[in-house]
Amino acid sequence: MGVGITVEHVNAYYGKSQALFDINLVVQANHATALIGPSGCGKSTFIRCLNRMHETIPDARVEGTVRIGDLSVYNGTSATQLRRRVGMVFQKPNPFPTMSIYDNVAAGLKLNGFRNRKQLDEIVHKSLTSSALWDEVKDSLHKKSGASLSGGQQQRLCIARALAVQPEVLLMDEPCSALDPISTGKIEELIFQLKEQYTIVIVTHNMQQAARVAEFTGFFLLGKMIEFDKTEKIFTNPSDKRTEDYVTGRFG
Amino acid sequence: MDHVMTGVAVLTVILVLLPLGAIFAYLIYKGIGSINLAFLTQTPKPVGEPGGGMANAIVGSATILTIASLMGVPLGIGAGIYLAEYGRNRYGDIVRFVSDVLNGVPSIVIGIVAYAIVVLRQKHFSALAGGVALAIMMVPTIARTTEQMLLLVPQAIREAAYGIGVSRWRTTLSITLRTATSGVITGVMLAFARVAGETAPLLFTAFGNQFWNRDINQPTAALSLQIYTYALSPFDDWHRQAWAGSLVLIVLIVGAVSAVRIAVRRGTFAGA
Repeated sequence: MGVGITVEHVNAYYGKSQALFDINLVVQANHATALIGPSGCGKSTFIRCLNRMHETIPDARVEGTVRIGDLSVYNGTSATQLRRRVGMVFQKPNPFPTMSIYDNVAAGLKLNGFRNRKQLDEIVHKSLTSSALWDEVKDSLHKKSGASLSGGQQQRLCIARALAVQPEVLLMDEPCSALDPISTGKIEELIFQLKEQYTIVIVTHNMQQAARVAEFTGFFLLGKMIEFDKTEKIFTNPSDKRTEDYVTGRFG
Repeated sequence: MDHVMTGVAVLTVILVLLPLGAIFAYLIYKGIGSINLAFLTQTPKPVGEPGGGMANAIVGSATILTIASLMGVPLGIGAGIYLAEYGRNRYGDIVRFVSDVLNGVPSIVIGIVAYAIVVLRQKHFSALAGGVALAIMMVPTIARTTEQMLLLVPQAIREAAYGIGVSRWRTTLSITLRTATSGVITGVMLAFARVAGETAPLLFTAFGNQFWNRDINQPTAALSLQIYTYALSPFDDWHRQAWAGSLVLIVLIVGAVSAVRIAVRRGTFAGA
């Protein structure tokens, strides 16, 4: 089951330049929450603070408190432990090129020492089914490389890979920006199904997409979160003038 | 214009391949006649006696190269990993600089170093000392190519691994290094092929030996040393054997490199 996320007073920096200013936010469990805003507004930086990916960049650091369920992200939890509970799907599909489809999905478990073949088979099957890829690849699990799939399939493979470690939260950083409309449609459908079991936070450039998949939407601008509310409210009756300007296409 | 460019490209390819082909053809022409079972299975005969072979030198070369690879390959790959994954700082720059300088040090100087640190301590020449000298020569090439190959692996692949809770060291070994395998192997093979024919660093380390020797702590024959000795001798029979030795050396290098390449290709996905 998914868990909620609480974010308090988060500031993020790249070296000396500050990218996020005092972000406060509560993400509901088992819902999809979309983050929108123009390029460079900090929404990707923010999502990377939730699973401590931000700090993998040299000189980058984070201040503030993030809680995922009962887990304090920046206090007493190792980054690797955390990331097994908070899965991530990236902008560009990034399957491991030297691994078969099966090994891609099993990677998170195998590389952490999980060796039970039978259980692995089950988890791979379940994860690929959840990511709606099973039927397309079931005959070539071991024969084909993850990189030999089409872009849309690769992205679903990456979703399966994230699901295989059985996370509670799934972060998606513009998961459709490199995909064609049909693949995008499939991923969006998938998000609908996945939020029954996972809490989903999705960064998107595409406002229609936010409106389609998310119950809640946050609008970011210049490193600040301007507004956070029910998606419907953000798109029909936003409280802030800047949000209104953005969602009506007056800038950005 | 396209045709001209294609023509120029083809011409340069021919010019590059020509010397290689010529060397190989000439070696076969001069050497093939002296290669027979005795050459591959016997030790050298005393001066004046015809016949004999280089079996001990073939095995000796293999021994020395194995020792060199066992030491040089892990060290070189380890240094390359450090440079690519952790060395984006001043220490990394120092290692890079030292490695590039080491790459330019004449091989005979490296022989002297190995003499000083191994032979003087052991009080006699040995395959081990020869292996150390060649290992030192392998390290910078392997380190710098490993670094380059790891840097070619997109950051996105590392992030994919971090994202599913794989630790940094595991990511480096099981994901990044594995993705870069074929490039890293190319670097290793380049270094191997380069030192396989080295003579100067073996002159006063492995030293050479006219007889069988299976102890890596004793003076050991090597093909390159044998070729050197025989080519400088005044005997026609030895000259012929030097040609044959050269041919065997080249064939062994090409064979080893090809075998590794095929093995690596089997283990990875084509077109990935």
